Amino acid sequence: MTIAISVNNIGKQYKIGASQQKFQYNMFRDVLVDTLMTPVRVYRALRGQGMRGATATSTIWALKDVSFDLEEGKVLGIVGRNGAGKSTLLKILSRVTEPTEGTVTVRGRVGSLLEVGTGFHPELTGRENIYMNGAILGMKRAEIDSKFDEIVEFSEVSQFIDTPVKRYSSGMYLRLAFAVAAHLEPEILVVDEVLAVGDAEFQRKCLGKMSDVAQQGRTVLFVSHNMSAILRLTQEAIVLKKGQLIKRAPTPEAVDFYLSSGQAESGQRVWEADEVPAASQPFRPVAIRIKDRSGNVVDTVRSTEPLTVEWEYQINAPITGLRVGMYLSTMRGEYVFTAFDTDDAKQYEQFGSRQAGRYVSRCEIPADFFNEGRYSLGVNASSFGVKRYFMDENALSFNVDISGAPGMQWAEVRQGPVRPRLNWKIEKLD
Amino acid sequence: MTEITKHEPATIYIKPTTGLAALNLKDLWAYRELVYFMIWRDVKVRYKQTMLGAAWAIIQPVLTMIVFTFLFGRIAKLPTDGDIPYPIFSYTALLPWGLFTAALNQAARSLTTNQSMVTKIYFPRLVLPLASILSGLVDFVIAFVILIGLMIYYGVTPSINAIWALPLFLLLAIVTALGVALWLAAINVQYRDVNYALPFLTQFWLFITPVAYSSNLISEKWQLVYSLNPMAGVVNGFRWALLGANTGPGPEMAVSVVISILILIGGLFYFRNMEKTFADTI
Repeated sequence: MTIAISVNNIGKQYKIGASQQKFQYNMFRDVLVDTLMTPVRVYRALRGQGMRGATATSTIWALKDVSFDLEEGKVLGIVGRNGAGKSTLLKILSRVTEPTEGTVTVRGRVGSLLEVGTGFHPELTGRENIYMNGAILGMKRAEIDSKFDEIVEFSEVSQFIDTPVKRYSSGMYLRLAFAVAAHLEPEILVVDEVLAVGDAEFQRKCLGKMSDVAQQGRTVLFVSHNMSAILRLTQEAIVLKKGQLIKRAPTPEAVDFYLSSGQAESGQRVWEADEVPAASQPFRPVAIRIKDRSGNVVDTVRSTEPLTVEWEYQINAPITGLRVGMYLSTMRGEYVFTAFDTDDAKQYEQFGSRQAGRYVSRCEIPADFFNEGRYSLGVNASSFGVKRYFMDENALSFNVDISGAPGMQWAEVRQGPVRPRLNWKIEKLD
Repeated sequence: MTEITKHEPATIYIKPTTGLAALNLKDLWAYRELVYFMIWRDVKVRYKQTMLGAAWAIIQPVLTMIVFTFLFGRIAKLPTDGDIPYPIFSYTALLPWGLFTAALNQAARSLTTNQSMVTKIYFPRLVLPLASILSGLVDFVIAFVILIGLMIYYGVTPSINAIWALPLFLLLAIVTALGVALWLAAINVQYRDVNYALPFLTQFWLFITPVAYSSNLISEKWQLVYSLNPMAGVVNGFRWALLGANTGPGPEMAVSVVISILILIGGLFYFRNMEKTFADTI
């Protein structure tokens, strides 16, 4: 067998810290202070210290000493929790970013299903965007010509192929974009399900395409949080933890190891001290959890049962005007709702000012609320108009299972993120 | 249209670049179709959903010419070269100047406006500024038609030199714009200050370029220093080739060319050297 990918001791170092916080102005005062500090900053920049400022820059290794070989035609699963380095690894393999150390040898073109729609321009027609996007993904014009009809057919938008894509519905847009990416036929395909957009139907299509590619004897790297998809689609998997490869084994064994080593994100996100920026002070998030009706921490909830969101945090100094809350959105990025623990005027009176201590803010989302799919939970702790202490737009994600939901007798995909049980009354009028 | 499938896949070696990054122009050549498509996209999209469409390519230089003629020609009574009428004198300069500023503005912002491409896929990043610069040529050609009209109206016949010299001066303008834009685009990835500095930079640059006035107003001993600005060479070259102003290219032109090439080479190396961090810092 020939080796398709050979990864040797690669590492990737990122700078974190002050430079990222620089533009987060919250108050006019900050802007003023920042402006007055300009000479100092320019002086430091000229001395080659970048925007590090007085607080020392810290660096983290997103990947460290990762080595593995992958034979041609194999499908490799990559698992690990958020921040374990999965996406960084894929970015290095697809040459978006360079490793800080180590080498990689890749035999063939690397294609990715995350590039879906990159370079699409809203003013261009579907036809024009196919050519544009194909060129961006590295296809030659002759290659796009020969696959054009196939792409259009696959996308199911042939009627609108000469309409600017800004007039497309989001579903049509995604289908067209995916059709182009799916016809790239790279020797090596990387799929990052974590970042994949679209509804459940679309994600099924992605996974279907992936197994087609694998059956054609191409090499596939598959990143997912969905252990059943990993088990179904891959023979072998690697487990990443804090940038290091800690296990490589046949998939069942690797998944077992991952789940039992307590790093799986089973409906819970715990913030380690080094994951919380210093600027969050005096607010320190501890953990956020999704619980089912019986109080178990779960990754999948049933839509017919209520669920509880629980956010635990530490306050190190008294805060006034505090609100702690969440954004709920679909994996496609559409917001479903935003809510804070002190939205209620009475609650605000009582808990707007909080003393130092450990707290938990808990709320129940009623039954018959969500539709099928995966949802993302973002968190935010702030004092309105004063300071945003902490925010993580994608702290945790969870699945909703809809067995027993209204309308299940029809095997169809229901549009929209909510699936309420409505109180229909039917009257006969004559 | 042949052999598009089933060839031995190319092997790619990924490793950290150390020292001064090689230019790797071969890679850019492999992606020449992308350059073509990016230019095509820029041109197609530029005047979408505007009422006047491509007429903007003409309106801008023509209105500027009218204002200049009134202010500098009539009120300030600035002399032109020889007896060239002021309108055509300024318009001939506004053509390459317009190309230069538009190209510089587009290209310096090209990485940040195409952020999603930079963070998601691999391609030689040089494609973006290069395509932005070249797409400006279309506007140049449209505006050039007006110049031909003006020349007929004023009865100016270009010298035979225009045939070989114009493309070269045009190239000089493009090389200068690309050179400066590569520096700015790379800096812009980390420091968005470039966005704010750009309008000031182009305005300042207009003052030191003989667009509204004749370079003959600069005293003899300062001519060489003045030509350190390559755009002065471009404008003088255009006026010489099209209007027969002054004498042909001399040592001043050589200075302009050398400076322009130095800026480009420096820009290329700086850009290539910063390229590895683009996706992380943008």
